[in-house]
Amino acid sequence: MTAQISFRNLTLGYERHPAVHHLSGDVEKGALLAICGANGAGKSTLLKAIGGALKPLGGTIDRHGLDPREIAYLPQGAEIDRSFPIHVYDMVSMGLWRRAGLFGGIGRADREKIEHAIAAVGLEGFENRPIGTLSGGQMQRTLFARLLLQDARVILLDEPFTALDAKTVSDLVELVRRWHGEQRTVIAVLHDFDLVRATFPQTLLLARTPVAWGPTAEALDPENLLKARRMGESWRDDAVPCSDAA
Amino acid sequence: MSLYDTFISPFVEFEFMRRALAGVFALSLGAGPVGAFLMLRRMSLTGDAMAHAILPGAAIGFLFAGLNLYAMTAGGLAAGLLVAVGAGVVARATGMKEDASLAAFYLISLALGVLIVSLRGSNVDLLHVLFGTVLGIDDATLVLIAGITTITLLTLAVVWRPLVLECVDPTFLASVSRSGGVSHIAFLSLVVLNLVGGFHALGTLLSVGLMMLPAATARFFVRDLTALVTTSTLIAFGSGVAGLLVSYNLGTPSGPSIILVAGLAYAGAVFFGPIGGLAGRLVPRRHLEA
Repeated sequence: MTAQISFRNLTLGYERHPAVHHLSGDVEKGALLAICGANGAGKSTLLKAIGGALKPLGGTIDRHGLDPREIAYLPQGAEIDRSFPIHVYDMVSMGLWRRAGLFGGIGRADREKIEHAIAAVGLEGFENRPIGTLSGGQMQRTLFARLLLQDARVILLDEPFTALDAKTVSDLVELVRRWHGEQRTVIAVLHDFDLVRATFPQTLLLARTPVAWGPTAEALDPENLLKARRMGESWRDDAVPCSDAA
Repeated sequence: MSLYDTFISPFVEFEFMRRALAGVFALSLGAGPVGAFLMLRRMSLTGDAMAHAILPGAAIGFLFAGLNLYAMTAGGLAAGLLVAVGAGVVARATGMKEDASLAAFYLISLALGVLIVSLRGSNVDLLHVLFGTVLGIDDATLVLIAGITTITLLTLAVVWRPLVLECVDPTFLASVSRSGGVSHIAFLSLVVLNLVGGFHALGTLLSVGLMMLPAATARFFVRDLTALVTTSTLIAFGSGVAGLLVSYNLGTPSGPSIILVAGLAYAGAVFFGPIGGLAGRLVPRRHLEA
């Protein structure tokens, strides 16, 4: 297997305080990887950095030639202005940005793709609904339809199933499985260990410092979970420079 | 007095009314869409801040060259763009929020303008800059306004997609493209351009009115972006025509008349607008089946 994304002694953070500390390892092409850990463990920070929105404080992220903008990224509770007068159809069609850009026309083939994506997330008939009238689940389905259109090799999902009903979760998990079947690399931040164990073959357990990274059953064994809990959160004003820093 | 005398003959008989009409038409074409986006981006008050930022630049131009169209335009543009771009860059490069950064810049600009004017010790008559003279628009001003409108519409065509995307989902835009920052600054420049175009007709402070009032009014009638932009433009032009007629027939100053007509339309929309208007809330209708 070849690596899609490699971390080398990666440290990420804000104002020099580390949120992810000394992470090394490879995410293989086509991997379906869950990132687990307590709040404040650095999970979202890590996704941001993979997507190119955050520069490392130390170490490197190697995307093996992939432009960060070719990575599809669904942030946690995406900061979407729901009052903006735009319809589901247009919202989903934004997924074509990489191909259509500023001026590219949206042709018949694209329209079919958009309709397929909307159908795939179960939103047929909602095309002309303003996004402000959607429920939380319908909004998340819309965002997944947009992800489908982005057709990205690497997909980052930050707590994509939070606050959704069981039916919506199982529908969206089905899409994630489909991406995995298509050899896409999917990295998702999740809190639901049962879901992770059932769906994600690989897990990275973070507590700022990586606790475990490997097959899900091993990474989430009781010993590792206890270790992660003990490491907890810390952010001290009087922290001194890290002695391991290169 | 016949309807013809009230509504048509002012434009037929007087060239200055026809010029004013053309000026208001061109201004509306630019101000409509710019105002709609200002509102959607929750930057309604940014227009007002920019108007204050332009004032000193225009005043300095006036100070050095008198009532010279080009000197005042250049001064206003320079001051406005400096503030818009400076504030935008600081907001994006640091942790400072856009509104605070803009407030800092425009206040510095305003204070600097007042300082320069007072240093010259001249008691400048700035009424023209403050309130404009839509009835005194000459050919050069008309060409300037039309030029600004043309630039506005062309630029909007270029930055439309990123502009919309940045309003709805800025994180997504940043994840697929770097055009967010550029389109934002292009848009701020358009705000400045249209304010500068508007101040010859309506004055710096009131030219914001032709952007914001029609956009805010349109929001009570339409849910769709394209419709919002079109409706804002139509309301702006309608207010312009009606305001000119009020000004002609009642002898009121033209700039405030135009903005007050737009204000009246807004007040009407607040009460009777079908989308979120007060009347709809006070008189509940039976709920729907689904």
